[in-house]
Amino acid sequence: MSLSSRIQNVNFDVLRFRPEQDREPIWQRYEVPCKPDWVVLDALNYIKDEIDPTLSHRWSCRMGVCGSCSMMVNGLPKLTCSAFVRGYEGAIRVAPLANFPIVRDLVVELESFLRKLKSVKPWIIRKLEKDVQHGEYLQSPQELETYKQFTMCINCALCYAACPVFAHDTDFIGPAAIALAFRYNQDTRDEGEAERFEILNRHEGVWSCSYANECSEVCPKHVDPAAAVNRSKLLTALQWARVLPRRGAS
Amino acid sequence: MACVSKVYPMRSHTVSAEGGAAAVARADDNLDLHAYDTLKGSDFLADQDIVETFVEEAPRELVQLEHWGCPWSRDPDGRVAVRWFGGMSVQRTWFASDKTGFHMLHALFQTSLKYDGIVRFDEFFVTKLLIEDGQVRGVTALDIRTGEIRAVLGRAVIICTGGAGQAFPFTTNAAIKSGDGMAIAYRAGVRLKDMEFVQYHPTGLPGTGILITEASRGEGGYLLNAEGERFLQRYVPNKMELGPRDMLSRAIIQEVQAGRAYKGPYGEYVHLDLTHLGEKVINKKLPFVRELARNYVGIDPVHEPIPVRPVVHYMMGGIDTDVNAATELPGLYAAGEVASVSINGANRLGSNSLTECLVFGARAGHSAVAFARDSDEGREGPLLEQAAAEASRIEALRGKSGGEKISQLRREMNLAMERGCGVFREESEMQATVQTLAELRGRYADLGLTDQSNVFNTELIAALELGHLLDVAEAVANTALARKESRGAHTRTDYPNRIDAEYLKHSLVRFAPEGPRLDYKPVTITRWQPEERKY
Repeated sequence: MSLSSRIQNVNFDVLRFRPEQDREPIWQRYEVPCKPDWVVLDALNYIKDEIDPTLSHRWSCRMGVCGSCSMMVNGLPKLTCSAFVRGYEGAIRVAPLANFPIVRDLVVELESFLRKLKSVKPWIIRKLEKDVQHGEYLQSPQELETYKQFTMCINCALCYAACPVFAHDTDFIGPAAIALAFRYNQDTRDEGEAERFEILNRHEGVWSCSYANECSEVCPKHVDPAAAVNRSKLLTALQWARVLPRRGAS
Repeated sequence: MACVSKVYPMRSHTVSAEGGAAAVARADDNLDLHAYDTLKGSDFLADQDIVETFVEEAPRELVQLEHWGCPWSRDPDGRVAVRWFGGMSVQRTWFASDKTGFHMLHALFQTSLKYDGIVRFDEFFVTKLLIEDGQVRGVTALDIRTGEIRAVLGRAVIICTGGAGQAFPFTTNAAIKSGDGMAIAYRAGVRLKDMEFVQYHPTGLPGTGILITEASRGEGGYLLNAEGERFLQRYVPNKMELGPRDMLSRAIIQEVQAGRAYKGPYGEYVHLDLTHLGEKVINKKLPFVRELARNYVGIDPVHEPIPVRPVVHYMMGGIDTDVNAATELPGLYAAGEVASVSINGANRLGSNSLTECLVFGARAGHSAVAFARDSDEGREGPLLEQAAAEASRIEALRGKSGGEKISQLRREMNLAMERGCGVFREESEMQATVQTLAELRGRYADLGLTDQSNVFNTELIAALELGHLLDVAEAVANTALARKESRGAHTRTDYPNRIDAEYLKHSLVRFAPEGPRLDYKPVTITRWQPEERKY
């Protein structure tokens, strides 16, 4: 069977919003001749190239590692470069990532997300830095293993689109930022846990989380941010217990 | 300090680099050996003084990344682990499983967040260098969010925008790799170097072009033809799967021509077989390869070989820079794939490019600071006038009427580049490509755009990117046509031999309205005389 004979027309309902002309988002339908191995992103690119050049969306690596092409596909947060068209039946609804303001069409506002990542001080904090000339810090494979999973976050923000807490309280620093803090806290090279504790222990920090676990379910990289949140809660509670007596003494 | 980027920094294409970063780290290794491997890999077109600087500073820069939190894979004693890579005589490639670029980029980006002195302009698309009194004074950039053209003024500018794989139809490169930095420098009169050398990576997934890392061969994977034979014994018997990329890509094409490849809907391919490595090694060392193969071709490499074919991966050429990452334009620096410094010559060795980003990125930073310290602000008036003129140019492009379509011109450019500037090249095909590109340039002037809006107008961005790609493609095709020899990745069926007497020199190309102007300059030889390149 030749490939072209297997091309199937699939309807895509895409949420459009052009702030210079639309008062509110509207659904627009496109019929796209899809190849059997296409992902949703391929269909969007086809629309952009061949049907409607005014459609705007973000994308880059198309291999699930740059984190650009996050959208809602049939109501679920997805990397569109990894969401195969053949996995859906009927018309496919593509909308901008939930819980973020729409800039235009499928492009959402990510500045607040970036600020959250920064707020947890995601860098190695040490009292004394070793001179580069003296070589690397030693770290055993087992020590690496304790935080490695939490380094895999691609900042796609799907977890924020899935998080029921963030949906109602956009101040919540959210799953990816907490996982990132946890990643550095667990790194044997880092001594910044106390500084990050100040941030994680606030109301909008770990305590806002209601254990919904949605973040881990949608994470395309199996980072399991929910585990990072839960373990951070435990560590934060322990920190708190340690901090209290000292505060009482002063 | 301002960081201007058309995407959020952690989206940059370094994120897709998989295998690792080379630097001498072990007792069985030494700097001369890394230099020699690199020079031999380059088919002796790399500048030897620069390669010596590169290998010397490489270990320190990788340790610096370690101090900044990069989660390098480790040996049991806690030291950073190293792995085999193509063309390297010993294990010297540092890695973070098979997502090395991803981890390096995120570690660097996260560390940068510590410094409030770094002002980011995320999703700003640079369109032009601002030059006054023979010195670069900043850039104009399109604020993608608002559609405004802004002048970002500065005493020095460093370009780190990577390659131009999107000039070709089948590439590992991300959508953003449209040669912007090369084209912007080229249009400012800065010369590009060795543009004819385009690296085909031997192992991309058919259809998508997704990269399957060389580390899969470093860890012991085999390349097999349709007869189940490890065919590399006919081409690189002493190195086999760890031969250099140019030779492996040629070998695969030759197997295809000999009828010993598989046929598929996206062209002929061979097999990359990892099944003998076992699930444990694959999960530990190559988890991303497993994820990519499963997701994109429905194959689990633990049980089945992966279909692969050569795919455009890397530009050895770029903006002509010196050992300090300086260009010929005062105040302008460049580092990484966008530059040609040159450590890669006619063929880059895998895992040298991530290290190159670090070594020459650091050098560019130091050079730019030193230059800025001794420089002045320039006169703002004339710079803002230039920016206003640039704003008019961009404004005229937005939603402009015309008969040509972006996607159609891009497709024709892609096909012309594949035909004329592929793994094997030949005079008449290259001439046809040069001709086609010149025609496409003319048709580009008649581009028709439909999106009139200011906010996140990605059609406008695509039009600008296409213009950049046409510039880069023109530089590649014209330098390729003029080099009548075979060296590294530039292989001509009509001139199959390397001809040192005539072509042991760098190609230079400068923009001119009537067409690119070519020139040459000598290669620096220090301690290694060019020899026949055999593996």
